[in-house]
Amino acid sequence: MAEATNAPRRAEVTVEGLTKRYGYHPFWHEVLADCSFTLRDGELTVLIGPSGCGKSTLINLLAGYDKPDQGRILLNGAPVAGPGSDRLVVFQETALFPWMTTYGNVAYGPRVARNVPKERVDERVQALLEKVGLQDFKAKYPSQLSGGMQRRGELARMMINDPAVTILDEPFRGLDAMTRELMQEYFVTILEERSQTVLFVTSEIDEAIFLADRLLIMSNRPGAILKEMEIKLPRPRNKDMLQTEEYLGYKREALEVLHAEAIKAFAGGSKSAQDFLEAFHKEHVEQA
Amino acid sequence: MATSITPRPAPALPPALADLSFGARAWYRLRHQFTNPESLKSLLLGIGGVVLLILAWWLATELLKLPRFEKLPGPVAVWSEFVSRNPPFGTSVFTPEYYMHILWSTLRILVAFGIATVLGVPLGLFMGWNKAWKDYTFPILELLRPIPVLAWVPLAILMWSGREEPIIFLAFLASFFATVLNTLLGVESIDEVYFRAARCLGAKPRHIFFKVVVPGALPFIFTGLQIGMGVAWFSLVAAEMLSGEYGLGYLIWDSYVLSQYSVIVIAMVTLGLVGYLCSAAIRLVGRQLMRWSTRGEA
Repeated sequence: MAEATNAPRRAEVTVEGLTKRYGYHPFWHEVLADCSFTLRDGELTVLIGPSGCGKSTLINLLAGYDKPDQGRILLNGAPVAGPGSDRLVVFQETALFPWMTTYGNVAYGPRVARNVPKERVDERVQALLEKVGLQDFKAKYPSQLSGGMQRRGELARMMINDPAVTILDEPFRGLDAMTRELMQEYFVTILEERSQTVLFVTSEIDEAIFLADRLLIMSNRPGAILKEMEIKLPRPRNKDMLQTEEYLGYKREALEVLHAEAIKAFAGGSKSAQDFLEAFHKEHVEQA
Repeated sequence: MATSITPRPAPALPPALADLSFGARAWYRLRHQFTNPESLKSLLLGIGGVVLLILAWWLATELLKLPRFEKLPGPVAVWSEFVSRNPPFGTSVFTPEYYMHILWSTLRILVAFGIATVLGVPLGLFMGWNKAWKDYTFPILELLRPIPVLAWVPLAILMWSGREEPIIFLAFLASFFATVLNTLLGVESIDEVYFRAARCLGAKPRHIFFKVVVPGALPFIFTGLQIGMGVAWFSLVAAEMLSGEYGLGYLIWDSYVLSQYSVIVIAMVTLGLVGYLCSAAIRLVGRQLMRWSTRGEA
């Protein structure tokens, strides 16, 4: 594979005391408060947190679309100043350009970078399209592809740019349950193969543990990291591991933190926390 | 480690409209129009409506000669003028003058609409793309836009000395505002996520302009061009009534002055047809450019 020939790069992201507020004084509300963590080189870090906890804000800051009010983000020790092709975001739903064919979308990154000769770009696009199984759909527009195909197109567009850091913002949102499961298995294979620095953001606990080397659990608004967990399930991973005692232990541990957080949020009047508590109660208290 | 993770092969898609050649698409559309009972019903109802309109017109003007309608030309009078080899009022499908009028109006429209597009689309794109540029120009646009084009007539005559220039200027003006505004709306309608995706893929501003802003705004641009074409004809006819020696607007006014009323209706119907063809041409170009858009395929 073309990417494998690249010399291994180090990519470590350090987030220090990140604070972000919206609105204006004294009416502002804090979305992130003193949020600190590290994305280790070559690790797949999964960030999980209740909806509305500031995950998207955090992604915007990491990608450089927005600036923090306090704190800083370092990529290999250098502060992040704005968007750049070293940090690639795979967005919720899909962000494939609707006016470009699948081929055009995948070729977009190298085309704007202009550092690769044309024939070489073509070669790599073809190879990646084949890898994600879209070679027969290269002349189709995104609106002609299924949800799962669109996600695979996104993946090819990401891999061709070979970013030092990949940020995936709930990439399976909007997919039906079966496609979602298929995509999880698919992504885990691809990401394991690349073994680069990845931040995967989700609100699904099973997805989180299945994918993660390390799990970060985020608090309710204002968002901060509540707990870090090393997930030592063996790789390559498959869905059978979701039945193992080890896996269930991780899940229980993570859910306890999320549960405690939901109780706090519930006291603060959050409706989504109410849903979470109800579901938690049903699955873990009544069954016991 | 397993490298072959080829997903299950997806079933082949049925031929999509977007993949077909232009001629094939036109043929399928036409065939559907005549074979599908629903479409056929719509078509027949549409034709029925037009027939009823002509019938009512004939009843009011020629058979019953209702008050207020008695002076108006009826369908029979108009038709016999229109297809006469030797028309009493000098305008029929066999007279070269008829085509001269159409040609003149169409040429003026092409010039006015062309200038409006060449100036209006880039201006709208820049306004949508660059906030400072929009802040600077938008108030001017919003002040000038609501002024009816007819209010510009005296100034247009004062500004331009020739016979053609004021007419073209007025048609241009109407078309220009519609084009700029819709192009601007088009850029603003583009989802922020595409700008973000382009930036983290390494796109520089010029790439974003040509590969995100322009194609993303295209659906609205073409809506703007359609509206622009409509209002250009509207102001052209008004301007041709005031001055000019040829043109459909001139023909209408001249026939009124000379009491050749059937010709008025001939010119009106011709305007409708030519205007429709112009809009259809824009739609056609739009469809070709926006094969990706599901909206473009009706």
